[in-house]
Amino acid sequence: MTAPARYFKSLLLTELFKGLSLTGRRLFSRKVTVQYPEEKTPQSPRFRGHHALRRYPNGEERCIACKLCEAVCPAVAITIESEQRDDGTRRTTRYDIDLTKCIYCGFCEESCPVDAIVETRFFEYHGEKRGDLVVNKEQLLAMGDRFEKEIAEDRARDALYR
Amino acid sequence: MIEQAFAATGIETAGSEPLIWIVFKIILIVLPLLLGVAYLTFAERKVIGYMQVRIGPNRVGPRGWLQPIADVLKLVLKEVIIPSGANRVLYLAAPILTLAPALAAWAVVPFDNLKVLADINAGLLYILAMTSTGVYGIIIAGWASNSKYAFLGAIRSAAQMVSYEIAMGFALVGVLIAAGSLNLHAIVVAQTGSLLHWFWLPLLPLFVIYFVSGVAETNRAPFDIAEGESEIVAGFHVEYAGMSFALFFLAEYMNMILISALAAVMFLGGWLSPFQGVPILEGLFSFVPGMVWLFLKVSFFLFLFLWLRATFPRYRYDQIMRLGWKVFIPITIVWIVVVGLLVMGGVPPWFDR
Repeated sequence: MTAPARYFKSLLLTELFKGLSLTGRRLFSRKVTVQYPEEKTPQSPRFRGHHALRRYPNGEERCIACKLCEAVCPAVAITIESEQRDDGTRRTTRYDIDLTKCIYCGFCEESCPVDAIVETRFFEYHGEKRGDLVVNKEQLLAMGDRFEKEIAEDRARDALYR
Repeated sequence: MIEQAFAATGIETAGSEPLIWIVFKIILIVLPLLLGVAYLTFAERKVIGYMQVRIGPNRVGPRGWLQPIADVLKLVLKEVIIPSGANRVLYLAAPILTLAPALAAWAVVPFDNLKVLADINAGLLYILAMTSTGVYGIIIAGWASNSKYAFLGAIRSAAQMVSYEIAMGFALVGVLIAAGSLNLHAIVVAQTGSLLHWFWLPLLPLFVIYFVSGVAETNRAPFDIAEGESEIVAGFHVEYAGMSFALFFLAEYMNMILISALAAVMFLGGWLSPFQGVPILEGLFSFVPGMVWLFLKVSFFLFLFLWLRATFPRYRYDQIMRLGWKVFIPITIVWIVVVGLLVMGGVPPWFDR
C-alpha cells in the first residue's frame, strides 16, 4: 500500500469500524451461556468426578488391596492399609482419598485390575470443615452403591473403545 | 460585594431564587444521575456480556435488575482501609476531589429549553475548568497511597489527561467559533433545524476527536492505562476499598455521562428534535419532550463508550501520546481554520444566519 493510501485508511478509522461492526454483530448473536444450576452441559461417560469403590453383584467389595492405585497416584492422594481375612483373601482395612490432593487424572481407575476404584460423573460435592474432603473407605463404598447403575453403564459404553 | 463580583463575571446571582429552591434543583439533577451511574454499570456488564456472546448478570432480582443495588450495598458495607504508609488527609481527600468536579460540571448542562441550573455565559470555559480539575484527585490519590502501582497509575493518567485536554479544548474552540457563544444554551439554539443542521456535520473531525478525547479523559478502555488491570493492577486506586473506592467509581461513570451529555449538547443539538423542519415527521414527533431527545442522544454516546470498551485492546503508553500530540492536535488546529472559513463565508445550512 502506498503511503497516501495508508494515511487515509488510518485517518478514516476503517479498521476500527471493522472491529466495531464485528462486536456489533455479536451483540445480536445467540448466547452460549449455560444457566448452570438449572441447565447442565452434557457429560461424557469418561467424565472424571468424585471417586467410588465398586462391589461385585454378590455384595463383596472388588478391591483386593493390590495398592497399584496408591503407587500410580501422581498426587499421592491415596492411602491404603490391608489385612488377610479368615477365608484367605486380602482386603483393605483403610482406603482414604484426599480429594484436595487428587488431580482427577484417572490413573487409579486405569491401573485397577478389578475395576474397583472408579471415578463417577458426580462433581457437585463440597466440604464444610477441615477434613471433610478426605474420604474414607465407607464413604467411597457408599458412593459406589449410590451410582452403581450409572458407573456400570458408563463402563459398558466406553468398553467399545478400549 | 460578592453579588458585584458575580455580576462582573457574568454569572447570574441567586438573588432572585431562594436557596432551598436551588438545593432542590441540585437534588433533582444529582439523584437521577446517581441512579444513572448505577444502571450504567449494569448496562456496561450486560452490553459487554452480550458482545462476548454471554448473558451477563441475571441473578439478582428479575433479569438482574437489582445487581447495581447489590453492588452499592457491598461497597458501602465494606471497610475503608487506609494503608499505614499513606498520607491520611490527602488519601481521604482524593476521592472527593475527583468526584466534586464531575458533579459540579453538571451545573451548566442544559436539559431542555431554559431548564438549566446555572445559565452562565462562560459555560464552556466552566466545563473545561471543571473537567481539568478532575486530574488532581487522581494524582493525589496515586501519591497519597504511597504505593508504586498507584503512583505509576497517577503519573500515566496525569500525562494522558493533560495531553488530551488540549485536543479536547481545541475541539471546543471549533464549537465556540461555530456557535459564536460560550453559553451552552446558545450553542444548542445555534443548531436549530433538522438533523443536518446540527454541528456534527460541519465539525465532523472535531466531533470524533472530542469524543475520543473524552474517552481518554475519563480513562476508559481503550485508553485505560491509568488503571491497566493487566499491567499495574488497578492503577491509582489499588489501595482504595469500600466507600472511598466507590467514589472513584462514581466519578468515572459520572464523567462518562458528562462527556456524553456535552457531546450531545455541542454536536447533536442537545434537546432539539432531529425532525425539526422536516415536513411530516416534525408533527409526528412534536409530542416528545426535549429532555427525552437529550436522553436518547446521551444514551447513544454511552453505548458507544461500552462498545469501544468491548472492542478495542488497550493502547500502549507511547501510542496514546503519539495519537494525542501528533494526530489529534494538528487535525483540530487545521479544522479550526476550516470552520473559521466556513463561518466567514456563511456557508448554508449552518452558518447563514
